Amino acid sequence: MNETQENQTRRSFLVKLSTGLAAISAVIAAVPVLSSFFAPLLEKTPVQWRPVGDLSKFTVGDTMLVQFENADPETWAGVTAHTAAWLRRDTEKSFTAFSANCTHLGCPIRWEKDAQLFMCPCHGGVYYKDGSVAAGPPPKSLVKYKVRINKNQVEIQTSPVPITTISA
Amino acid sequence: MKLLKRIWHWIDDRSGLSEIFLPLIKHPVPPGSKWSYVFGSATLFCLILQIITGVALALLYQPSSSGAYQSLKFITDRAAFGSVLRGIHYFGASGMIIMVGVHMMRVYITAAYKYPREMGWITGVILLFLTIAMGFTGQLLRWDSNGVWSSVVAAEQLGRIPLIGKPLARLLLGGDTIGGHSLSRFFAYHVFIIPAIIFLFLGYHIMLVFRNGISEPTKAGRLLDPKTYRQWYKDMLKKVGVPFWPYAGWRDLIFGAATIIAIIILAVVVGPPKLTQPPDPSMVYSQPKPDWYMLSIFSLFALMPPRIESYMIVIGPLLTILLLLALPFVSNKGERSPRRRPWAVFGSVCVVIFVFSLFLEGERASWSPRFKTKPLRAAQINSQDTTVISGAALFYKKGCLYCHKVNGSGGLNGPDLSHVALRLSPDQMTIRIVNGGDNMPAYGGMISNEQMQQILTFLKSCR
Repeated sequence: MNETQENQTRRSFLVKLSTGLAAISAVIAAVPVLSSFFAPLLEKTPVQWRPVGDLSKFTVGDTMLVQFENADPETWAGVTAHTAAWLRRDTEKSFTAFSANCTHLGCPIRWEKDAQLFMCPCHGGVYYKDGSVAAGPPPKSLVKYKVRINKNQVEIQTSPVPITTISA
Repeated sequence: MKLLKRIWHWIDDRSGLSEIFLPLIKHPVPPGSKWSYVFGSATLFCLILQIITGVALALLYQPSSSGAYQSLKFITDRAAFGSVLRGIHYFGASGMIIMVGVHMMRVYITAAYKYPREMGWITGVILLFLTIAMGFTGQLLRWDSNGVWSSVVAAEQLGRIPLIGKPLARLLLGGDTIGGHSLSRFFAYHVFIIPAIIFLFLGYHIMLVFRNGISEPTKAGRLLDPKTYRQWYKDMLKKVGVPFWPYAGWRDLIFGAATIIAIIILAVVVGPPKLTQPPDPSMVYSQPKPDWYMLSIFSLFALMPPRIESYMIVIGPLLTILLLLALPFVSNKGERSPRRRPWAVFGSVCVVIFVFSLFLEGERASWSPRFKTKPLRAAQINSQDTTVISGAALFYKKGCLYCHKVNGSGGLNGPDLSHVALRLSPDQMTIRIVNGGDNMPAYGGMISNEQMQQILTFLKSCR
């Protein structure tokens, strides 16, 4: 191997080494950067039971808006940590809780007591009192949350914002 | 004076300012590049305005889920010129979207996307969607009830994407629900991530304009031949080209300045969008509505047949992007003059009419129940019959008036029932009320016979 060839080999090695080192440093730096971006997918949100009121607060047959904290309220979340559900006392011992999000595009639905219907203000979605679709564009019934009675307190299990998928 | 000149010469020599920028400022452009060429630079003027007002807003805004609303109230009500600043940023965004749209339309109608400017078109399409993304994320930063619910709507749309929809929705919201992470992410998207991508593509877009030159005004019958075009363009510039500044640039400057003045006047006279309720997701008595530039899409979701909607939420934008990106590959040579490309002009007019009609429909939002509707007044009922009067009251209580108009009051979702008795018999009305329809709930199991009779009596009086 003459001197020129030796230089070529050395240069080629140095090019590979410097490029490789640059790539490695970029990959190492990217790990925390990307993990901050993908953090919501890496963390599991805990499921919590939230008290929404004393049993005596709810009348059989009535549907009420109940407000509670979401499962993982950060200290800096302020009022955005709140969430809501429509809760109906079906019998003395049983309740049904509906998500307050329309299954069409997630807008806030409201209970119209006299009409006995849930209505969405955005695109006119309407649901019957059992949560099934009555009219408009919603592709599926309202999502129901789990409810339990714990020591005379009505509790709702926290849930993610119900996201409707394409198969709905 | 001599000293100043010497200082300038030193700065210029060491910094290379004249060497770098003079060729760009003085680069030759085809003659006759007149007022139709000003929209690209007007978009740039709007972007600069957005950057400056955005930085000013960032000095006052608190990008946290708990503090943003209060800081917006502070900016609007107490900060010196805060309301005007918000207004300029809002109307600046609107101006940028209008200018980028008109610029794109001009490029399409004059076929300036053809050889050798294909990459200019492709980067332009990317910049168009990035501009819309900026507009939308900006609306979310207006962190009130509307901002909160708009972000849920956006998450729902992402959720329709097969397989990765739910994770994408979660990434957007910063978790399973709206919360502490949501606004920080929207802020990062709006202030860092999307602008960084915009700068990247905008730099490349402008570089391509200098490299390929601006397209010459069209002439019917002058066909573009990729084999000879570059040489022809070079020769033409050598022969009749004029320096961009001042021969063409003065129009850009005047139009850009006029655009900015118009934005400032609107900001002062009309003011920024009003803040709605606080960003509390448990406050469900809210009526979310997007800013005007998203209103056409909002309408489309309401008017589309529900069966295909979930698919169209995914396929529609994807197809639009693909079609736009494919354009220069489908046709990149030949005729450029709009006079010889009537279908291009017709298509553009159709798109404008389509988008504008959807916008008007969105403004009207006929599909939305009118919750604020008041019970019918005696003058509107026009009867002394107690059954008619109680039927009218029931018609309101059962929510019928939210969707049906009667004598000037009510919603627009269902047919106007002011004269329903003239076109439907009582039996037909009963069938409709009991069974409902596409856009109407079936009231069969929800009202008693007595209530049904009262409502029918009222409807029979509607002549």
